[in-house]
Amino acid sequence: MTGNAAMPHGLAPDRPLAIEARGLVKRFDGFTAVDGVDLSVPEGAVYGILGPNGAGKTTTLRMLLGIIDPDAGYRRLLGAERPHDVAHAIGYLPEERGLYPAMKAAEAIAFIGALRGLPLKEGRRRAYELLEQHGLGYAADRQIRQLSKGMAQQVQILGTLVHKPRLVVFDEPFSGLDALNQGKLERMMRGLAEQGTTVIFSTHVISHAERLCDDVAIIAGGKVPFAGPVDVARDRIPAQVRLETRSGDGPWRAALPADARRDAKTDARGEGGAFWYFPLPETGIEPLLRALIEGEAGILSLSIERAGLHDAFVAIAGEAAARALEEGNPGEMGR
Amino acid sequence: MSTAEQIGGQTGRLSVLAAAWVVARRDFVAILFSRTFFFFLLGPLFPVIVGVLAGSVGSHVDQTAVQPEVGIVMTGPDADAVVRARDALSDRLGTGLPALVVLKRLEPGETYDPARAFAGRQANIAAVLSGTPQAPVLTGPKDRIEGWSGGMAMIAAQAVAGPLGPWPDVALRTTATSNANERTGRLRTAQSAQMMLFLLTMMLAGMVLSNLVEEKGNKIIEVLAAAIPMEAVFLGKLFAMLAVSLVGISVWGGIGITLYLAAGSAVPHLPEPAVGWPLLIVLGVIYFSMAYLLLGSVFLSIGSMATTVREVQTLSMPVTMLQLMVFFLASYAMTQPGSGIELFSVFFPFSSPFAMLARAAQDPALWPHALAVLGQGVCVLLLVRAGAAIFRKRVMKSGQAGPRRKGRRGWMKRREPDAPGAAAQNV
Repeated sequence: MTGNAAMPHGLAPDRPLAIEARGLVKRFDGFTAVDGVDLSVPEGAVYGILGPNGAGKTTTLRMLLGIIDPDAGYRRLLGAERPHDVAHAIGYLPEERGLYPAMKAAEAIAFIGALRGLPLKEGRRRAYELLEQHGLGYAADRQIRQLSKGMAQQVQILGTLVHKPRLVVFDEPFSGLDALNQGKLERMMRGLAEQGTTVIFSTHVISHAERLCDDVAIIAGGKVPFAGPVDVARDRIPAQVRLETRSGDGPWRAALPADARRDAKTDARGEGGAFWYFPLPETGIEPLLRALIEGEAGILSLSIERAGLHDAFVAIAGEAAARALEEGNPGEMGR
Repeated sequence: MSTAEQIGGQTGRLSVLAAAWVVARRDFVAILFSRTFFFFLLGPLFPVIVGVLAGSVGSHVDQTAVQPEVGIVMTGPDADAVVRARDALSDRLGTGLPALVVLKRLEPGETYDPARAFAGRQANIAAVLSGTPQAPVLTGPKDRIEGWSGGMAMIAAQAVAGPLGPWPDVALRTTATSNANERTGRLRTAQSAQMMLFLLTMMLAGMVLSNLVEEKGNKIIEVLAAAIPMEAVFLGKLFAMLAVSLVGISVWGGIGITLYLAAGSAVPHLPEPAVGWPLLIVLGVIYFSMAYLLLGSVFLSIGSMATTVREVQTLSMPVTMLQLMVFFLASYAMTQPGSGIELFSVFFPFSSPFAMLARAAQDPALWPHALAVLGQGVCVLLLVRAGAAIFRKRVMKSGQAGPRRKGRRGWMKRREPDAPGAAAQNV
């Protein structure tokens, strides 16, 4: 597999890479979970890893962080080939959240910081500070088991940040949070990026990536069929034209693309018109517009709708699924 | 102590030992103030309670059990002579002779079949003495009558000839011990030490395994594995539990010493081990630590692979059985000093702590212990590394497994190169 390791276009091309991965492969019991993933994430970027459930996102992140060893390929984080060498500069929120139930919230944050090399005393001080800042000061001395699931998740997010990492990796950070806290987390991620922290997160909810990221990698079937700017992903899908005509037929119809879809309409006077839907022709809208006017189609409305990241994702991930089926490895899409 | 190589005055990369310290400190505090530790402290009480109960029940059974007796079927004068002879001899021979009961005094010319005494299930008659003191006949089960034939002959002789003797006085001169006595005693000491070591080790290794599985259940393991090397996680957990157990042992030791001082001479005496008691206790703590670390590291590897308690039980059962066999091996080897099997149990890492502790009780040489501890330490490190490698390689798969492919699988497959250069060819 050849991944697309394009440099995100929103950032200076000479920016050092926070994450560089080439040809990462991971197999479990003879089944390939990740199949040659390449990633290039510059420092200071907010980078999204998109993919359907079981696409290989979590396994990729675990390999990047050194939790598991890749079977092939290499990765470099903040310039280090062994992720644990720079663990003190990395924050990680796993998809499956976990804290010691009997630990107090502030202690839990300090402990996660201590694992990253932050002295315990300083960790405690920062933990109280962070909890206050995020409206959880009242829960600082409560045990994790006494907190709601959402609060415990916020505590873990704060633990991820307590040591002021240069690179933060979130695996499905929005799952389990209500809409308000999702918004808070989005703001927090933007704030981190503004301070120069690299943020990489995985999600299968496209809207978060669309709002937060300049660049994304789409993972499907353990491969990366697309990596690059969100705009480029959108441009993979041609814009859609929506046309409303007074006349239902005429010589102007020859100017419409052959695959144009028609919905008949009838106005108040009983005259038949039509709605037309088709991809924007490669020649642009002007020649078509000219033909419609000259052919007296009676244009009532015309709009050009650009594809969203969701459409691009469905198209790209769907293509990858189809390719996997063609290659005779349908199981890879079932993960 | 600074646990980090400071960067920017705050956060820095942790060494493996510093990372292990972070894990160990948390685990130690968490376990020490948990119910687990309370039950751990109570643990040794259960075998003691069971032992005391079993002992008292056994003693009660012994007291109420019917003592076997020999029934006498002879003419009246012969029967009386035999009973008198037995009473006279019992002053000298103590309980070595069975009790005699006159079953029937025969009239002259009367006959009696001794087998009738058994048919009637008459209480505790185990054999029947018939005939005359000059020609006694002992009837009964083979194992009984063979054991009693000598005593019966002596009784019959005394009944015929009158009091035997004179009985010379045997002068008694006591010594502290004898070679045979000393060896037997030291074997007993070694056996006790081995048993205690085995029970403690199994209990703790089980606890460390449960601890890891609990963490996997809480999903904390991924937070740990992402931040620090798995070797540090394993070492931290192992040493935290070791420290907890040493606290427990100190508590038990304190209570034991107090009870010993209070009970004084009522405490059963264990013979002095070859290296002396203080050194045996020190070596006991060291070998306990090594045995626990060896078994604990294996159990941690198992725990890291398992995802459910059922999986843990399935995976740990063979190891527990093997450890039991290792214990039996070391126990057997203890009775064969200098033999091939003893050397094997000394060199085989999992039996080594048991075998060496037994040696300490029997052999005063100290240098083999230094070598053994070194070897066992190396094995612990290798096992921890192997466990961590297995974890990184095989554990933490997410999502469901895909279809299995035919042909070579798993470790039989050829590994693809990890080198950047080789990987770059894939790009």
